[in-house]
Amino acid sequence: MSRSARIALGLYGMLAILFLYLPIISVGFASVSKARYLTFPIKRYATKWYGKAIESSTVQDLLVTSLSVALLVTVISMVVGFFGALAFARYQWRFRGTFQKLILLPIFFPQAVLGLALLLWFNALGIIPSWKTAVVAHLVWISPIATLIIAIRAYSFDPALEEAARDMGASTWTVMKEITGPLLWPGVVSAGLFAFLLSWGNFPLSLFTTGADSTLPEWLYAKMVSGYSPLVPSVGILSIFTSIVLLLVGVIVMWIIRARSEASSANAR
Amino acid sequence: MERQDQRIGLLSAAPIGMVLFISFLAPMLVIAIFSIMPQKVFSLLNLPDFSSYKLIFTQGYIKSLLWSFGMAMASTLILFVVCWPLAFGMAKVFKGFGLFITIAVVVTLFVSENIRLFGWVLTLMKGGLIEGHLRAWTGLTFEGALYNVPVIVFGLVYAYFPFMLFPLVQGIATVPDDARQAAADLGASRWQIFYEVDLPLSAPGIVIGSLLSFVLAAGAMAESKLLGGQTVIVIADEIETAFTYGQNWPLGSALSIILILIIGSLSIFGINRVNLDLIMGGRRS
Repeated sequence: MSRSARIALGLYGMLAILFLYLPIISVGFASVSKARYLTFPIKRYATKWYGKAIESSTVQDLLVTSLSVALLVTVISMVVGFFGALAFARYQWRFRGTFQKLILLPIFFPQAVLGLALLLWFNALGIIPSWKTAVVAHLVWISPIATLIIAIRAYSFDPALEEAARDMGASTWTVMKEITGPLLWPGVVSAGLFAFLLSWGNFPLSLFTTGADSTLPEWLYAKMVSGYSPLVPSVGILSIFTSIVLLLVGVIVMWIIRARSEASSANAR
Repeated sequence: MERQDQRIGLLSAAPIGMVLFISFLAPMLVIAIFSIMPQKVFSLLNLPDFSSYKLIFTQGYIKSLLWSFGMAMASTLILFVVCWPLAFGMAKVFKGFGLFITIAVVVTLFVSENIRLFGWVLTLMKGGLIEGHLRAWTGLTFEGALYNVPVIVFGLVYAYFPFMLFPLVQGIATVPDDARQAAADLGASRWQIFYEVDLPLSAPGIVIGSLLSFVLAAGAMAESKLLGGQTVIVIADEIETAFTYGQNWPLGSALSIILILIIGSLSIFGINRVNLDLIMGGRRS
């Protein structure tokens, strides 16, 4: 490929990234505008809306709810995703093909409709929706994604390792604990990270399933459609900021895991 | 060994199978039953009639369905054209920069979709980032770019960009360079290489990408509400209204069932055409 074509493609890539980040930049500017009614260009900057957002007890409640949902979703997704990925990629069992398709199907479904269907189902069971039911709703979409992420890892490991352990007399449980678990661990951590972040930012699945509780994205949406509130941009940026911090922590944890496993394999040699 | 795989396979599938049974299959069954209940009941213990479906075909709900699928179709086509060059660059040309783009795109997925769409409202509205600065710097002005059909399609293109991009990258990455080189040596033009080599060989990625963006766009609601105002009522919006303001669960369920049947059959059709072991693990089984 010619040099000029390469440069053109590179520029196109930069443009695409600008396109993806432009709205977030706008929200960032809006969050530091002093005026109550926003107009660009911004004349005076202030951080007072951040202070107001952090002080507000509503926002604190929203944070607690969003966090509780995301943490539970993360833990459950990691566990079911770990086993699901083995069934997806590793073991040759009779219904594997059907199972793979069943895992993929919820990802294609409209999330708001999934949420409404769950609301009806909870109603039929006599369960009153709260943030706990939202956990179930998030799992429909997020646990299959976690499974897929771990499955990619499961595809890349050599089944002979497990067979060797078994031939030497290890029980199924020991093989899981000593061979399969450590091999899949990096996949499980990144699946957990994805699960948390996707749950943290999810809106359509929460919309109908949280009952009287409310998550951050839900509250933001309610404020957006009911007219402009100067708190929306600052709370939005705070929520994005939380994701970024978590993402960084996750990446560092992954680095440490990789460094340690490399060190231990070097020692073994 | 074989028998052990059978048993452990089934056991490992059980936990997520349970989750999906409780949170996916059972609710689908419930709305299927609700959709044949008489109007405005809140319990499943009624004699079924099919009045909701009759209502859908006589009350103009088809129009919302057509809008949703029309805009989904338009955004999928635009996405394919927009994403192809970038996906090609990421799969074949860029090296470190490709990884950078991947990370940059994935990070946007972690920002709540409403915040990003709200950002477009702030960018495109009158007095927003674009119009405001244009007016301040040049004195030119326009009425903002919001509240019309093209901006909804634009929002869909924006929101589902990663869902087209990544499958395309995966698809194009599986096209062997030798095949492109051989075609070029035999005198194929650029267009011919694209049409005869790239396109057919990256078909699995194209199918998954188009399918994902189409079905997600067809079921989307936030784009039309936040960017489109009340210009067009999409089907997901009709469903929400039926459940909330309308207090008509059977009608909402019937609308959901129609949407789900279309989306579900398209998805199953697409998923069946793709070898998952090959796409995800690089193995033929």
